[in-house]
Amino acid sequence: MSIASTITHPPEPEIHPSHDVHEHPFYQKHHFETAEQQREAASFGMWLFLLTEIMFFGGLFFAYLLYRNWYYEAFVSASNSLNMPLGLINTIVLISSSFTMAMGVWSAEIRNKKYLQISLIATIVLGFVFLGIKTVEYHDKFVEHHVPGASFDIKDFVNPPKDSLEKPLTVDMANKTQIYFSLYFAMTGVHALHMIIGIAILFVLLWKARTGLYTTGYVQPIENFGLYWHFVDIVWIFLFPFLYLINRH
Amino acid sequence: MSDHQATSHNLTPVDAHHDNLDVHDPANITNPEHVAHHIVSPAVYGMIFGVLMVGTLLTVGASMVNLGHFNAPIAIGIAVTKAVFVVLFFMHVKYSSRLVKLTVAAGFFTFLVLVFMSLLDYVSRAWGQW
Repeated sequence: MSIASTITHPPEPEIHPSHDVHEHPFYQKHHFETAEQQREAASFGMWLFLLTEIMFFGGLFFAYLLYRNWYYEAFVSASNSLNMPLGLINTIVLISSSFTMAMGVWSAEIRNKKYLQISLIATIVLGFVFLGIKTVEYHDKFVEHHVPGASFDIKDFVNPPKDSLEKPLTVDMANKTQIYFSLYFAMTGVHALHMIIGIAILFVLLWKARTGLYTTGYVQPIENFGLYWHFVDIVWIFLFPFLYLINRH
Repeated sequence: MSDHQATSHNLTPVDAHHDNLDVHDPANITNPEHVAHHIVSPAVYGMIFGVLMVGTLLTVGASMVNLGHFNAPIAIGIAVTKAVFVVLFFMHVKYSSRLVKLTVAAGFFTFLVLVFMSLLDYVSRAWGQW
């Protein structure tokens, strides 16, 4: 062994034990020790984002709580002017979409591409059904002049139709129904915006899922989107009784 | 050289000698005892879906009955129960690590603290005395 050969062949570079022991799945980023650690970090991060969402919707819920106590009669009359059966159908549609999304996560976990695609499509369809029904409800409110602003009309609350069981409100209290409708449009509008964003992401996931990307053990994006979609569902679980069912008896 | 590359697309990872590497399964999918990878079965999802449906019909039914001051607490109670089921099962928190459990609990707790303290301000003001 000559000295020259030791010079031309430098020693093997040291390899970190964790890189030496096993191969990494293709989706594991180099700054994670294991795929398991990466998945945990992703879930944790997603939950931190959802906590900011709790605070975001929470502010609206608190405003609702206060004004409902102050102007209870206005809130009851305005709430009863909503189409409760449509709200109920939408609740069922949204819970169903949460179920199909949960099935999507399961499909990704058992690595079944076909099931995953079916679940994502079903979730998209149900999301559109929800938004469609919401559009009908919004349209009714515009027709009835129940949208806060210059064209708002209190006549339905001061002089309820003869066949309705509603108690007539004073002009002062009837004007407070605008506060209810402001909160109604703010809360359901922001909720609907979350669904529109969610459906857009669903299309991206569906597009990428066709290559089998999410059915190779790389469940993380599907799982994190599932968390987002279920959170939007939870918001509606509270919105439905708070906005539609204040006093239906 | 290419034999060294156990492709991660394989369900069963193998080493350079094509021996099963399950003990080192990097995605840890094949390890049924790992708590963080508990795969919730469709049967559980179906049951939770049923619970949510029943809760929805219950909350509508309860709103039709005049229960005086109890209408609002009952509606909130049903909504919270439904939300807990969604968080625990649809969102897998029941099967998650302590870190995630604590994060979720801390978030909702902080929200409740904010609501509670804001309400304290409103109920303790000298209403009508200024």
